[in-house]
Amino acid sequence: MDENVVPSVFVFAEQVDNQITPVSFELLAKARELAAKLECEVVALLLGDKVENLVQPLFSYGANKVILCEDPALAQYRTEPYTHAISTMIRQYKPQIAIFGATSIGRDLAPRIAGRIHTGLTADCTALDIEDETKRFMMTRPAFGGNLMATIVCPEFQPVMATVRPGVIVKRIPDPNASGEVIRFELDFVENDCYTKILDIIKKEASTKHNIQDAKILVAGGRGMKGPEGFEILQELADVLGGEVASSRAAVDAGWQDKARQVGQTGKTVRPNLYIACGISGAIQHMAGMEESDFIIAINSDSTAPIFNIADVGIVGDVFKIVPKLTEAIRKERA
Amino acid sequence: MDFNMSKEHLMAKQLFHDFAINEIEPWAEETDENHRFPWETVRKMQSTGFMGIPFPREMGGQGCDTLTYVLAVEEFAKYCGTTAVILSAHTSLAADAIFQNGTPQQKEKFLRPLADGTKLGSFALTEPEAGTDAAGQQTKAVRDGDEWVLNGTKIFITNAEVADIYVVFAMTDKSAGTRGISAFIVEKGTPGFSFGLPEKKMGIRGSSTCELIFENCRIPVNNLLGREGKGFGIAMSTLDGGRIGIGAQALGIAEGALDRTVAYVKERKQFNRPIAGFQNTQFVLAQMKADIESVRYLVYNAALLKDAGKPYSVEAAMAKLKASQVASEVTRQCVQLHGGYGYIQSFQVERMMRDAKITEIYEGTSEVMKMVISGSLLR
Amino acid sequence: MNIVVCIKQVPDTKEVRIDPVKGTLIRQGVPSIMNPDDKAALEAALRLKEQFGAKVIALSMGPLQAELVLREAFAMGADEGYLVSDGKFGGADTWATSSTLAAAISKLDYDLILAGRQAIDGDTAQVGPEIAEHLGVPHISYAEEIKVEGREVIVKRQFEDRYQILKAKMPVLVTALSELNQPRYMTPGGIFDAWRNKEIGRWSRDDIPVDDGNIGLKGSPTKVVQTYPKTMKQPGTKIETDVDESVQYIVEKLKEKYIL
Repeated sequence: MDENVVPSVFVFAEQVDNQITPVSFELLAKARELAAKLECEVVALLLGDKVENLVQPLFSYGANKVILCEDPALAQYRTEPYTHAISTMIRQYKPQIAIFGATSIGRDLAPRIAGRIHTGLTADCTALDIEDETKRFMMTRPAFGGNLMATIVCPEFQPVMATVRPGVIVKRIPDPNASGEVIRFELDFVENDCYTKILDIIKKEASTKHNIQDAKILVAGGRGMKGPEGFEILQELADVLGGEVASSRAAVDAGWQDKARQVGQTGKTVRPNLYIACGISGAIQHMAGMEESDFIIAINSDSTAPIFNIADVGIVGDVFKIVPKLTEAIRKERA
Repeated sequence: MDFNMSKEHLMAKQLFHDFAINEIEPWAEETDENHRFPWETVRKMQSTGFMGIPFPREMGGQGCDTLTYVLAVEEFAKYCGTTAVILSAHTSLAADAIFQNGTPQQKEKFLRPLADGTKLGSFALTEPEAGTDAAGQQTKAVRDGDEWVLNGTKIFITNAEVADIYVVFAMTDKSAGTRGISAFIVEKGTPGFSFGLPEKKMGIRGSSTCELIFENCRIPVNNLLGREGKGFGIAMSTLDGGRIGIGAQALGIAEGALDRTVAYVKERKQFNRPIAGFQNTQFVLAQMKADIESVRYLVYNAALLKDAGKPYSVEAAMAKLKASQVASEVTRQCVQLHGGYGYIQSFQVERMMRDAKITEIYEGTSEVMKMVISGSLLR
Repeated sequence: MNIVVCIKQVPDTKEVRIDPVKGTLIRQGVPSIMNPDDKAALEAALRLKEQFGAKVIALSMGPLQAELVLREAFAMGADEGYLVSDGKFGGADTWATSSTLAAAISKLDYDLILAGRQAIDGDTAQVGPEIAEHLGVPHISYAEEIKVEGREVIVKRQFEDRYQILKAKMPVLVTALSELNQPRYMTPGGIFDAWRNKEIGRWSRDDIPVDDGNIGLKGSPTKVVQTYPKTMKQPGTKIETDVDESVQYIVEKLKEKYIL
């Protein structure tokens, strides 16, 4: 190993509109764990234009050093200048590991860098670890549509690169007094044919209703919601969770919900990360459409309701009392 | 003898299956419940080349064969009997009658738009007094200069209100019996051509079925299909081909009902175990499966004979007879295995049971099929 | 304009099930399909062909049975199809796969390369950008709209909270989201033509100008050391208590699952 090189774990500190993407803080927490086992330091890479104000939070959440690269070419994310900057940093500092959030930026940028550097990249990891004896970097990710987990290593190339799914790592409690070295990284950005031009940026409308089959979180209601008004409290819960409302057939037949939101044999088959079944007894034909959900919470006043047989968490109780309080509690958590 | 399907047939079957799952199944229940013609689906079938499967490319068709067409009807019928019969009546009755009997000009003018999906076809033989006894035609066509003048009423006509091009049979010489029947091509919108009220049917409720009424309806002499007096032969030979389509429809309905029932008996628990665990269930399923597979060979065989240019009239009759019987029996058993759930709408099998019944009746009843088969035995 | 579309044959992961007794993946009977994002890329290419006139060339890498997705591409309207297939390419990770495909593409005349964003069996989204890097051309991933103006492409690129409208010069690689379009069905006649009147170009190891060190298992920087089925669902817990405790219990569980 090059004597001038200090072993390190690189963390891409993704920022959009001068705000650090939350997954970057999660990555810092994981990088600290990895760095402790490897006895090396955590280096955050911050790219943008006039983003120096974002350096301190990176220290607070666990970075030992920050490499700061500021240039108008980096103001908005574009593949080529970001690839150029980070590839150059990697070549200069030779980190052992480089991790990125599996965001739509991270998943665009990381493969381009891996291609340029010639190293291995593992996508969408849900667990990262250093094997005790060998010090190998073990990356675990789902494959086959989530049916299978695979653990992957990259023994002969460095840095070992990974993108990490947002939400799988718990952030550290920030230490506002933490500090560290800031390295200003100067680089020329010469436009070539690989540069794209941004003609426009269009923000998505927040209220866009999505197909329930695409939703990661579904809050579903059945006959137990007693009427269309009952679905309003479900909508509020779905909103704080960033999910969509779904329905059993009974509620659709009663005219309380759209057919497009119906889950089940005669409706849609869904497989969200979280399915909250409220006032749904669990007819066979409903369960056929949702039993593959990753995590199922059922709230029903009838303790013998069949839905409890497939729920990970079953709450016997009154949906009209529990759901509004749950919405409130989550809103506080999210604040 | 080769029972293996070619790769192109396997891929076509997959295409029809995917289309059925995405475009047909979602509408099947509503089509039935509201007696509504599934226009959304039919438009997609038209734009995907499904309305001209067995006809040559140069006539606007897809250049495939009868077996491919049969696979389409079968796959669609697994989900919706209505959609299957729309395709069947269009293809093997209306379009094929013109393909087999039309002049080059008639094929260009009438077959091409049917085959390329711009127009929908219908076939009108049955009358109030002429069902199985097709020779009892009351509709008359009288030559008047460059035109034929049609008068009379057809009943129970599939694709009636929705079609654009109709093959219509009428008496041109009452004294000549079956040799006095001729076939004509009539376009929608021809003055004197109107429709009766839609029938309320037991099954295939989304298909448009009603009377065609001809009152001094004048059509050009060029619209005579085949020669004058040859209409009965045209009707009978066209129905031979149509029966392959109905056999495929019946086969598909039976398969669809069995697929749903197999899934159901694995889920449904009684006495603390899935009802699939009971020998009664297993034996009923086994019998249904064996019946369905035997019918498949009859239907495919009739299609292959037609494609090979060999006689297939008796084989088509046998295929339709057995397939329709199996469809009725299988759907009835499937409802029984579903118990109470089988009797309510959302489990689909009750619709399939209602849809299956018509396959024993239209394009020749089972009794007519037996006449065709015994006729060939006792010849 | 020549458009190369990269297509992968994948197992339909919706149909993959776990053996409830052994806890292993049941692959038997799982149908193979054209990867959905790739199909959107092919559809985009066919629409550009209809709009401007173009030659659409489908390219796939995989075992010989991957021929099926190329036949499917023909039946949808692709003009040419090439299958890169050789045991020596087997076991490739995204780096080795992209090296091989880039070398194959370099044999073709191309103005535009379209690929799916990701394949449903791997979900990596890495092969497209890595191919572009190997070829030294720009890439735009996550495309929701693709327009061509002369020698430039204009792409509506999706991010979590926004879109960028990006312009790039040809040759360029674009990766397509399923949201890009509703792919057409094959036609029955197209299927017959695909099998009876079209030839697939078959390329083996010696046809592809790529170093041995960059292909197959040996050329793959990453190695899979272990696979295991996702943990089976445990029988759930059912609680019957007062409202506040119920709410607290749910919140804790959501935190455990990183939903909060």
